[in-house]
Amino acid sequence: MTSSLLLSATTFIYGFAGFVYVFAWVFRKASVGRLATWVALIGLAANTAGMAFRWVESYQMGFGHAPLSNLYESLIFFAWTIIAIYLYIERRYGNRVIGAFSAPLAFLAMAYASLSPNISDRIQPLIPALKSNWLIAHVITCFIGYGAFAVACGVSLMYLLKSGRGEGDGGLVGRFPSSSVLDELTHQLVMFGFLFLSAGIITGAVWANSAWGRYWGWDPKETWSLITWFIYAALLHARMMRGWRGRRIAYLTLVGFAAVLFTYFGVNLLPGLHSYQSMQ
Amino acid sequence: MAPQSTSNGLLDAVWNLLASIRLTFVLLLSLAATSIVGTLIPQNSDPAAYVAAFGETLYRFFSILGLFDMYHSWWFQVLIVLLAANIIVCSADRISLQRNILFVRKPRFQAARFQNLPGRVEFQDERPPEALRGLYEAYLSRTTRSVQAEAGDAGFSLFGETGRWTRFGVYAVHLSVVLLLIGGLIGSIFGFDGFATIPEGETVQQITLRNSGERLRLPFAIRCDDFDVSFYETGAPKEFRSSLTLLENGRPVAQKDIVVNDPLRYQGISIFQSSYGTLPSREAVLSFTSRSTGMVYTKEMKIGEEIAIPETLGTFALTDLRPNAQFRGHPVGDAFIGRLTPPDGTPEEVVLPIRFPTFDRMRRGDVVIAVDQFKERHYTGLQVNKDPGVDIVYVGFVLMIAGCYVTFFRSHQQVCIQASRQGSVTRVTVGGTANKNKAAMERRIQRLSAALKQLK
Repeated sequence: MTSSLLLSATTFIYGFAGFVYVFAWVFRKASVGRLATWVALIGLAANTAGMAFRWVESYQMGFGHAPLSNLYESLIFFAWTIIAIYLYIERRYGNRVIGAFSAPLAFLAMAYASLSPNISDRIQPLIPALKSNWLIAHVITCFIGYGAFAVACGVSLMYLLKSGRGEGDGGLVGRFPSSSVLDELTHQLVMFGFLFLSAGIITGAVWANSAWGRYWGWDPKETWSLITWFIYAALLHARMMRGWRGRRIAYLTLVGFAAVLFTYFGVNLLPGLHSYQSMQ
Repeated sequence: MAPQSTSNGLLDAVWNLLASIRLTFVLLLSLAATSIVGTLIPQNSDPAAYVAAFGETLYRFFSILGLFDMYHSWWFQVLIVLLAANIIVCSADRISLQRNILFVRKPRFQAARFQNLPGRVEFQDERPPEALRGLYEAYLSRTTRSVQAEAGDAGFSLFGETGRWTRFGVYAVHLSVVLLLIGGLIGSIFGFDGFATIPEGETVQQITLRNSGERLRLPFAIRCDDFDVSFYETGAPKEFRSSLTLLENGRPVAQKDIVVNDPLRYQGISIFQSSYGTLPSREAVLSFTSRSTGMVYTKEMKIGEEIAIPETLGTFALTDLRPNAQFRGHPVGDAFIGRLTPPDGTPEEVVLPIRFPTFDRMRRGDVVIAVDQFKERHYTGLQVNKDPGVDIVYVGFVLMIAGCYVTFFRSHQQVCIQASRQGSVTRVTVGGTANKNKAAMERRIQRLSAALKQLK
């Protein structure tokens, strides 16, 4: 299977990219930084090709569907969005230190997908409830949102590491973008993520309405996505209307991302979950 | 007059509370925090399961707090209503504060506001201000709205703006939340949420409501003409398909094969494929084996039918199909029940378990009866809904996404070009303000001044 080979390679390339970004940051080597960008780009290409081949292979197996239908496939797409969003920011802001806080997240997502014994990487046919174009819209919008929140979490961590030290500090933290840039970047990422989280919840609701006849059912997954939405909505109001900046926003961003992670992984631990794998 | 001023004071206090962003912040985080509870405690389960899990005392306490149907408890609804009131009052308050910005046909620009702005660009042009003015004004008219010119000392000022409408984006988002709540309310008052199970070939007109268990009569009957389930090689279900016909006064009015994700909608009522199951048929092919001759006679029988067994072995009546039947206290699974009347004897009950075809041999009678063939019928499980609020909710969805995009990524921008003669050249200053995203405004100023320099 070409796709599994490519996706295994992607895991290692992202791991290597994370390592090179950290190396370039710690040892302040511009040439190494450029190498890191190339490694990340190659990883993104392998990730894209892996998803494309997986799509083709599912058709060859006779039940073709977009590779966005289970936890494994969503984690792969999650890694893809993190790297894609990061590379855009790197190009726009011209700072590679953020890569040391983003590429490892993509690596973790890929590694979890590949190594966890609970996650099957088999290409499976779609059960009836998943046969909907809304599935594709729902997964893509959700994970673009999650990707933005993941990078925002990395940038907020940088802000918190830097805050309290002077801008002119020459240490490791001194190579971070300025505090105001980090703060503004967090804000941009949260707004972007919020837009896509909203779109993700909405496409999910429309899909639920076409499959089950109700757009909202207070199912734990739905509820947790709404909890995440409430947290980021509170953050945006605090920042835009009450002028919150800096540490408080950074902490709220971390809380928001914790809610994202719980929505994504933690909900499976809760009791009485209506599983998307089975009919009622 | 004192009481009136007090009541005004109270009204003002309530208004000010509802108009505060602090309340928004607290409400959003309270909704987030309380919503967690309902995901930790399974909702709307069996009371006995709750007592077993929490004990009697804790069960009563949770019950009083409404934690077992938390999202419909009075206090959660109060939080939502407060949020709606907060959204409406805040928006009304801000719209009235900003009315001079939001609702103006010809905006007025003040040159003073554009002095000393960060990110402004200055350059010189060898042409006199009079030559530049027409060029600049034409260019600004192409790229911005509400262009105005003002003559100044030894030169001119030009103003223009874009995106005043984007200030409405946030109100679109707020309106969308209110629409979602209104749509949800309409759905819960005027809609219903029920289910029906229909065996193949049968017709039902009544459904069972999910939250109350009450029966509801539909304005039409649903007939399930056929049900099919197909599986992948892995054993996972591939498709559930019900062929449905809707009947009004016995006359077919709609027909559709529904599958999951593709419901049948008629008169505002939607019928979804939800589940399926199997029902035992009321028909079976029975075999009668004569002990003396060894001959086997097969006969297709319906429940209620009675036949004479060949070789004058008596008569046999098929009386019932008993699910999970018992034989002398032992469970034998689903079984047909019959009455065997020998030619000269008293009738006796015969139990014919479907799973054990040789079971009747134990009776040691003159004839051994067995169930040879037995057809299972499918029934289809349908979700039957009416939600007249769904259109309003969908309008809310579209408004929310569009509103969020405008609020976050579009801004109201104003630019000002000032030109004045300085010696033999003209000194041009380009500046601008925006209600948000100042970085984008500065990039715009860069682009604008670069374009102005190129104008010929």
